[in-house]
Amino acid sequence: MKKNSTIKGLLYISPWLVGFLIFTVYPIVMSLYYAFCDFNITTTPKWIGIYNFNKLFSDELFWKSLRNTLVYVAGLVPLGLFVALGVSLLLSVRKLKFVRLFRSIIYMPSIVPAFGFSAVVTLFFHPYMGFVNRIIESFGIDGPLWLSSEIWVKPTIIIAAQWGVGGAMLIFSAAIKDIPMEFYEDALIDGASRFTMFRKITLPLLTPTILYYLVTSTIGNMQIFDLPMLLTNGGPNNASLSLSMYIYKHAFTYNNMGYASAMSWILFGIIFLITILYFGFSKRFVFYIAE
Amino acid sequence: MKSKKQYVDLTIVYVLLIMISFIYILPFIWTVSTSFKADSELLDYPPSFFPKSPSPDNYVKAVNRFPFFKYFVNSMIITLGNVIGVLISAPLVAYGFSKIKWKAQNVFFILMLSTTMIPGAVTMVPTFLIFKHLNWLDSYLPLIVPAILGGGTMNVFLIRQFFLSIPNDIIEAAKIDGANDFTIYMKIMLPLSKPVLSIVSLFTFIGSWNNYMGPLIYITSEEKFPLALGMPMFMSRYGTYWNQAMAAATLTLLPTIIFFIFVQKYLIEGIKLSGMKI
Repeated sequence: MKKNSTIKGLLYISPWLVGFLIFTVYPIVMSLYYAFCDFNITTTPKWIGIYNFNKLFSDELFWKSLRNTLVYVAGLVPLGLFVALGVSLLLSVRKLKFVRLFRSIIYMPSIVPAFGFSAVVTLFFHPYMGFVNRIIESFGIDGPLWLSSEIWVKPTIIIAAQWGVGGAMLIFSAAIKDIPMEFYEDALIDGASRFTMFRKITLPLLTPTILYYLVTSTIGNMQIFDLPMLLTNGGPNNASLSLSMYIYKHAFTYNNMGYASAMSWILFGIIFLITILYFGFSKRFVFYIAE
Repeated sequence: MKSKKQYVDLTIVYVLLIMISFIYILPFIWTVSTSFKADSELLDYPPSFFPKSPSPDNYVKAVNRFPFFKYFVNSMIITLGNVIGVLISAPLVAYGFSKIKWKAQNVFFILMLSTTMIPGAVTMVPTFLIFKHLNWLDSYLPLIVPAILGGGTMNVFLIRQFFLSIPNDIIEAAKIDGANDFTIYMKIMLPLSKPVLSIVSLFTFIGSWNNYMGPLIYITSEEKFPLALGMPMFMSRYGTYWNQAMAAATLTLLPTIIFFIFVQKYLIEGIKLSGMKI
């Protein structure tokens, strides 16, 4: 009987198993091999040892794209947390009407395609034609060049990305709803202020969700590609070039597939490290309700 | 019964939410309004939301240079292929990870979950080379076949959690009546799973429709461009004709917005449902 069910189990998961072997295991192994090779799309891979890794160590553009990516993450993750959590807290206030309307309006931009939204952003933040600068200029200040400025391009992308926090907002909303009302009622009886209730009830009970958000948001944003690619294709003088974009360019534009593979493993290593750091720190600040 | 303090608090919250909602809609309103403006109005000061004489001219001009319908159909083909592939594959795999008890089940399940840690960039090049050897480049196959092979880890995870919550009594009863595993799957598990399957379909639809990097890597003939590639190409060529560009943008965004209006209830409920399973 037992042997039977193993075969059955494998049979049912076979679509995934096949996909896993072909599209995950094999590529991971080959990618590791390619990282130590030199080849483009027409030649066969030639083993060159750690040459690629040496090369990227002295590649200025690699370091620039890595710095850019870290700036993106440093801006997107905290700001996204602030906005998503803030909005979901506002929406959780009792006796609030029109909640579904507000929620829908704020969530909608997050499912809109980046290739459409980027056109919207390009005009909205245009230095001369754009709504933002026209309003700013009416106050007599000269608006920045936003996407055309080496200094402002990353902050602009970080701001534009906030229109997409709808998904995270919903997850926080669900988590807030899960907090038993009794906690708040008891606290009110004890005379707690709203701020204290937030600090001692809401926040601690949200820490698992916050950890989930931090991990997924960091992993996702370390690989940021669509928005900078569509908005600026690397930006004024590569100021908005992310590591994923740089890897893509080496793989498909310059056809240095070995070099691209090597860089992708560096990216993986950094993501892995940050994730471990998160889980290490989580022991300190995450509070799980003991059932 | 509201106290005065509660009135003040509630008012503040309403004001904030109205401001935030306004900011979230604002760029889209600006886009639509620009799309109806005549060339001369573009630099008008003060910038107004209402074009003086709204004309659909820009849409006509845009559509001449932006074969929206062709790109739309292409996007549809890819996306429907994905949704169908996922709906066939993911529940099957989820079934294998839930109701059928077998020894190595958990090992493989954890294996599946750990694949989400791998950045796409790592598997990007070898996967491309696989499709190149198969001669599948410049076709929709690389974008659809992976959906059939396993249906996506998160989808399988969601459905599996749902399957686990289905009471075993129904299944035991069916087994006593002589049903085999596959019958149970088709006649009990699937019909009961309509909620989670709707959510999975919706998210697969959105994910595939919005997919940019996939088509960017694999599709090279303009004939086959989905909206994901057609719209950026239009912007790079005609982007500076702002009113027409915004017409194109409005067309590009319209399907998603209409889709959203119809399914928002299920979508938002669905995220809450899956959010709670985390």
